[in-house]
Amino acid sequence: MRIGIPGQAVAPAPPGVGWRAVIDPGHAVLGLLLLAILAVFVVWPIAAVLGAALVEPDGGVTLAHLARFFENPLYIESLANSLRAGAWVVAIGTVLALPLAFLVARYDFRGRTLVTTLSTLPLVLPPFVGAIALTQVFGRAGTLTLLVQDLFGIHVNLMDGLRGVIVAQALHFFPFIFLTVAAALMNVDRSLEEMGQTMGAHGWRLLRRVIFPLVLPAYAAGALLTFVKAVDDIGTPFILNVKNMLGPQAYLRITTVGRDDVDGYVICVVMVAISIACVGASNWIVARREYATLQTGARASGLPTRLVGWGAIGALSLCVLVLGASLLPHLAVIVMSFSRVWSLTYLPSAYTLGHYAEIFLRAPRFIVNTLTYSIAAALLGVVIAAATAYLLQRGRVPGKAVLDAVAMMPIALPGVVIGVGFLRVFYPMTLPGTETSLASTGAIFVLAYMVRRLPYALRASHAALHQVHGTLEDAAAVAGAPRTRAFRRVVLPLILGGVTAGGVLIFITSAVEFSTTITLVSRIEQSPLSYAIYIYSQSPLGRGAAAALGVVAIVIVAVGTYLANRLSGRSRMAFTL
Amino acid sequence: MIADTVRSLARLLLPGLLLIAVTVAPSPTFAQTQQVVVLTSFPKELFDAYKAGFERAHAGWRMEVVPKPTSAAITHVRERAARPDVDVFWASAVDAFIFLKSNNMLERYTLPADLRRGIPDQVAGFPVNDADGFFHGFAVSGYGIMWNRTYLTRYRLPAPKEWEDLIRPEYLGHLVISAPSRSGTTHLTVETILQGYGWQRGWELLLRMGGSMGAITERSFGVPEAVIAGQYGIGIVIDFFGLSAIASGQPVDFVYPSVTSIVPANVAIIRNAPNPEGARRFINYLLSDDGQRLLFRPEIARLPVRTALYREAPRGMPNPFTMKAGVQFNADLSASRYQVTNRMFDQIITFRHAELRRAWEAIYRAERAVEAARAAGRDMTETERMLTQARASASYVHVSERMAAEVSGVMERDAAYRSAKEREWGEVARASYVRAAQLAAAAEEAARRR
Repeated sequence: MRIGIPGQAVAPAPPGVGWRAVIDPGHAVLGLLLLAILAVFVVWPIAAVLGAALVEPDGGVTLAHLARFFENPLYIESLANSLRAGAWVVAIGTVLALPLAFLVARYDFRGRTLVTTLSTLPLVLPPFVGAIALTQVFGRAGTLTLLVQDLFGIHVNLMDGLRGVIVAQALHFFPFIFLTVAAALMNVDRSLEEMGQTMGAHGWRLLRRVIFPLVLPAYAAGALLTFVKAVDDIGTPFILNVKNMLGPQAYLRITTVGRDDVDGYVICVVMVAISIACVGASNWIVARREYATLQTGARASGLPTRLVGWGAIGALSLCVLVLGASLLPHLAVIVMSFSRVWSLTYLPSAYTLGHYAEIFLRAPRFIVNTLTYSIAAALLGVVIAAATAYLLQRGRVPGKAVLDAVAMMPIALPGVVIGVGFLRVFYPMTLPGTETSLASTGAIFVLAYMVRRLPYALRASHAALHQVHGTLEDAAAVAGAPRTRAFRRVVLPLILGGVTAGGVLIFITSAVEFSTTITLVSRIEQSPLSYAIYIYSQSPLGRGAAAALGVVAIVIVAVGTYLANRLSGRSRMAFTL
Repeated sequence: MIADTVRSLARLLLPGLLLIAVTVAPSPTFAQTQQVVVLTSFPKELFDAYKAGFERAHAGWRMEVVPKPTSAAITHVRERAARPDVDVFWASAVDAFIFLKSNNMLERYTLPADLRRGIPDQVAGFPVNDADGFFHGFAVSGYGIMWNRTYLTRYRLPAPKEWEDLIRPEYLGHLVISAPSRSGTTHLTVETILQGYGWQRGWELLLRMGGSMGAITERSFGVPEAVIAGQYGIGIVIDFFGLSAIASGQPVDFVYPSVTSIVPANVAIIRNAPNPEGARRFINYLLSDDGQRLLFRPEIARLPVRTALYREAPRGMPNPFTMKAGVQFNADLSASRYQVTNRMFDQIITFRHAELRRAWEAIYRAERAVEAARAAGRDMTETERMLTQARASASYVHVSERMAAEVSGVMERDAAYRSAKEREWGEVARASYVRAAQLAAAAEEAARRR
């Protein structure tokens, strides 16, 4: 879960070789090139957003606009709603995830593997697709709402306003908490617990004094990540028509008031501040965790306790309950994609294949656009990530910390902020020789997606490269291979799996990206799938086609996740990133 | 060594750059001559049909669509007025076109004579085209009531026919409308009711309907969506929402009340459009027989302006040019108090919905209690009087028609005045509704007392 690349000790330069041993010119060129790319596509857009919000026309820095934010009741309400929703998502996510994590980590029972696999499934369903589906389950005329009304005579609409956003996001994001906590619990050294027991701690006291402190850092990191992602997600509020939250307000200011509206940028700055605070806190907590694992070298010993009989039944029913709730959106979106008439009945009363005909035959461009943008972003991202990781680990150049920080920066940047920054920088530029703005070409999506997901790929490349010992390159060099050939023939084949896994991660996360997309998109012809889902959902009879595109999104993400896991050779890697 | 690095880097980067090039190249940006870019607030069903139709009718031409809600679309045009990147503005709300026209953002266009023939000047008293030729009506719409049959059966409710039917007590919580300040079509519906029933009675009617609203949606399509899904039973909508839902087999019905008005949806060319030839071709196609026929498609279900086509109209499709609209819609009157109507609706209904609903809920409960007491032979004259006061208080119209006309102009110019007025209206409304609820509660208690 650690965010950022741990520093790599630089090999001491052999004495008497001079500056060439400390600074490698090839590496320096590569480093400058990478820095230049990142400066244009990461630093500049963000600087533009900050500048618009914090700099006066005469060049002086001002906090006046920011102060105005805190005087506007609508913005205060939006801030409060965003924070409240994030907190509730974490709270509900915790309630769903912790018992599940504890069961899976500590006990063995029939169906345990299935539970672990199923619990990652919510992540393959983009939350805004989940929101469409959940309306049909928990909404005013949803299946379960009707069922409860018919059985007990009470009518509860779970999907109303902010509550709906919280429900949809909690069901989507709780696996982040589950996976981090389950992994941490499995790593807790049993001998520590035994020591605790020997010293007389049992039951609640053992849990409180020994296990909690060991698992808490992982939980906090998972919870903070969930919080950041929940605040970042503007697709769910949009689908549920909740506008008084930070992300939607930033978007609405920029699109309906105009690109020169200061308030839009100020909201972006507030979002970045929240995000940076959470990521910073998470890094700090994880860094402090080291003490726990230093105690012993060996990993957790002992097999999980086997549950049989009533214990197993109880464990399994808890799992079924939690996972059942979190898999409802998947079922609903599949049913919706085939439904023609679904009005106040438990299940549709008429079915059709027409929605699939619409998205594959009549309007296939959304899927084609998504594949084009995401594959291009993945290719570009992989090259930049691999080169950056190589420099960070093996490079003999100064300033690696800067490169690392800049490349990892997007992880703390909300999608809508990246979109707004790109608009501000690239909209006024035109393609050479034409009147067309740079921001209205398809390439803008490729670049934005690449920037947004670069940290994922960087981490994957870094992990892969970490496993290749530097002496292999030295051996190749001794055998007479120039360094580039050594890289190509020795290092590259060894890291290819991990690096490709990083590319697949860029691909799947870009394929369902919404926040940046809706900010950048203009012509429907260039729209990728995620924005098309939104457009379809904006007409009274379009939800079926939106659901069908949602099913396509699920398939893309599921296949991509499987591939990423296979390629990286580590289970669950795609999710724990 | 540097050259070596650069070479291997180039080899690595090349595939990515190539792919980007592939991504950019087929996008229309390099083929600017043979295209038209249409900015529209219409749903996908509509613009997709016209994109396909236009590209079929004009080989070698491309139609690009920029979909935006009307308010965002106006911002789009305004921000790029110096260097427009769209050619055609295509939307419902007449006021959006009037705004663009008065800000010099539209280009005058005279239809070819053969197209102009066959399009009447007026529909039910409303001009089809802008008198100065800046925008042109391409379809007309009326307003009405749409309901979900399954829903009405489930809750044992009768189907409505007229606006007055919507104030029946049993509809409490089952109605849905969108806010007129967010939806141009709802604004016209509200104005129709105000013109059809008169200012005072119209607002009283709206306030009683407001008390029965289960929800007031932000977006106009949210109303048909809620009715189709069965979230609410009865919605106030523009006709094509109802007609297209019926055509696609949803369990819904639609009716035009006798007090309705009929207005056109429009199209215009943007001033300094990059592709004026494409813009003209698009408008000509839209108004041609072939283009107009697309409106009859079940998923679109709008009413063409070429009257001759009604001979081929699908069953159930009304002909607005022979319909007698109950209201001769006065567009000038509507425009002159546009701000007041929308702001008033927001202040006294949308933002005070909770209090208004609570008041009417209490009144209907008290009415039932009084009814029961009277059936038991008790004298309810005094209690009746309290109830009458409660009803008056829950449908109190603070702003007279004359006052509305007076403040309208100032409100548009002076933001401080506007917010002061808005606060005043909101406060008066809240106080009236709270009083109404108290009176009704007292009446109910009196009726239940032995």
